[in-house]
Amino acid sequence: MNLTNLMKVAITAIMSNKSRTLLSTLGIIIGVAAVITMMAIGQGSKDSIRKELSKMGTNLLTIRPGGEMRGGVRLDPSAMQTLKMADYEALQNETKLITNISPEVNAAGQVIYGAQNTNTTVYGESPEYLDIKLWEIKDGECFTEEDIKKSAKVCVVGTTIVEELFGDKNFDAVGKTIRFKSIPFRIVGILKSKGYNSWGMDQDNVMIAPYTTVMKRIAAQTYFSSINVSAVKEELSDEAIEELTAILRRNHKIKEGDDDDFTIRSQQEMMETMSSTMTTLQTVLVVAAAFSLLVAGIGIMNIMLVSVTERTKEIGLRMSVGARGIDISRQFLLESVMISLSGGFIGIGLGYLLSWGANAIGFPATVPLWSVLVSFGVCALIGLMFGYIPAHKAATMDPIEALRYE
Amino acid sequence: MTDERKVVIELQNVRREFHVGSEVVKALRGVSFKIHEGEFVTIMGTSGSGKSTLLNQLGCLDTPTSGEYILDGVPVRKMRRSERAILRNRKIGFIFQNYNLLAKTTAVENVELPLMYNREYSARQRRQAAIEALKAVGLGDRLEHKSNQMSGGQMQRVAIARALVNNPAVILADEATGNLDTRTSFEILVLFQELHRQGRTIIFVTHNPEIAQYSSRNITLRDGKIREDVENMNILNAAEALAALPKQQDD
Repeated sequence: MNLTNLMKVAITAIMSNKSRTLLSTLGIIIGVAAVITMMAIGQGSKDSIRKELSKMGTNLLTIRPGGEMRGGVRLDPSAMQTLKMADYEALQNETKLITNISPEVNAAGQVIYGAQNTNTTVYGESPEYLDIKLWEIKDGECFTEEDIKKSAKVCVVGTTIVEELFGDKNFDAVGKTIRFKSIPFRIVGILKSKGYNSWGMDQDNVMIAPYTTVMKRIAAQTYFSSINVSAVKEELSDEAIEELTAILRRNHKIKEGDDDDFTIRSQQEMMETMSSTMTTLQTVLVVAAAFSLLVAGIGIMNIMLVSVTERTKEIGLRMSVGARGIDISRQFLLESVMISLSGGFIGIGLGYLLSWGANAIGFPATVPLWSVLVSFGVCALIGLMFGYIPAHKAATMDPIEALRYE
Repeated sequence: MTDERKVVIELQNVRREFHVGSEVVKALRGVSFKIHEGEFVTIMGTSGSGKSTLLNQLGCLDTPTSGEYILDGVPVRKMRRSERAILRNRKIGFIFQNYNLLAKTTAVENVELPLMYNREYSARQRRQAAIEALKAVGLGDRLEHKSNQMSGGQMQRVAIARALVNNPAVILADEATGNLDTRTSFEILVLFQELHRQGRTIIFVTHNPEIAQYSSRNITLRDGKIREDVENMNILNAAEALAALPKQQDD
């Protein structure tokens, strides 16, 4: 029998048992929909993280105190205080492969204006910070090197703070004085809104002040929590890391062969780290979904076995008019493949719908094309695998016995 | 005269034994006969006489334990399953007692079934052949009726059309009138006689001696052997018998 005729027979068989077929495909539908949705959410998060990070500048390098964390072993606190003023100055004067550099100190706390208050984080930075992070000033301007030298009580604020403290995010707050932990800061500039990042953090709930001010007046510390640097070019990131490493090792008097007491990460690495976390999560979910598909396959096999038994007489008749074993086995294989594929088809549709729903409630989700193709392939494979035993059973029936079956 | 005609079926000392537990059941104990083209043979026998086993042999659904069966010049005994399937498809038309039509399927589609397994037919040729076969059995106006919309007699006509559609060397009927009332049985017999007149080779397995009167030859089995094999010199006309039946009363 050719494929067209086999398809017709399979469709007739499937359509004559609609509800049964639908129930047996339910497992496939749910499994495939789950895989598609998971993949879509995973892909969507990866994409948005990538977009987020590239918005921060792909040539960004971050130097943090402490060596590479291995196996979650915490180093002693003094190891976290290795980035000092001397390092910053050395880096500033000696490197050739970086354009901007900004040390960072931060402190969380309450910021007050009149009767209004809100919680925020104050970042102590150099004026170059905004260039490194590709951040622009909406109103006013950034503080200056002069302010750094004088540890001036000035700051640049994000729109969330403006909204919280002044009631309107478009309010021109330049020149107003707000208080952070009772220290008055004069607002000199307002940052352009960046919105939420993919971790759900409000990037506009931020206060940026000269690092000297934050170190002396708020955090009361002599070390930096990190140093942000932008490499001349993204492609030169690796060379820049080498250069920075050499300077810092010399400054910290680290002997040949000893480990670094700082870590330099490029944006690229950050992206990879996050992506790999997502990939692990995705893998776990896909494995779970694969098991559900396995169970679904067994369901299909079960229904196909029932179908073969029910149609024993038909099989006998087909054999008596000249169907070979292979014709019968093809017929049932095609039927099971069609059942599982139609389940897959519905599942993919449902997956798209769920991904769209996820998008609507704020989870970024994009269905990757390959996951659709893989789902189709897996469904066809399930149909073949679990259809094989019933098909074989049908094909090896004795036509005499089958004709006599009541 | 008989010997000039082509031999369609030749059985040479066919034996068939079944192993049931430790016992050996000898269903056929050496059966030999030839059937020529154009014969209408009834095979009779009580249950247990071996007629079902013989029918399965003739239909290539089974192979002999020993002996040889030659169907239209092809020795069957050593054939593989799939080869026999193809042989059945090209050379045999089956008619069953309970019609064995596919449910929820139209008359044409039912008749097309054997040709579905023959790649030499295109979809159009297949349908054409099926329509012709249905016309030949007097169902030209019931082409698209589904099997559940037809009477027993009509269903059996569809089954006969299905047996004719591949233009087989032999038509094998197994109690083909067994499920039908007297009148319908005669109508079917009329059809068989018509096919016989057209030169078809028909083997009709039955336990009903009455049917033997309408065929050209009777083979009677008993205990797995041929007890009697006679030409019927006085073939009754089924059409006359049908006309002679009391008219159906509509009350």
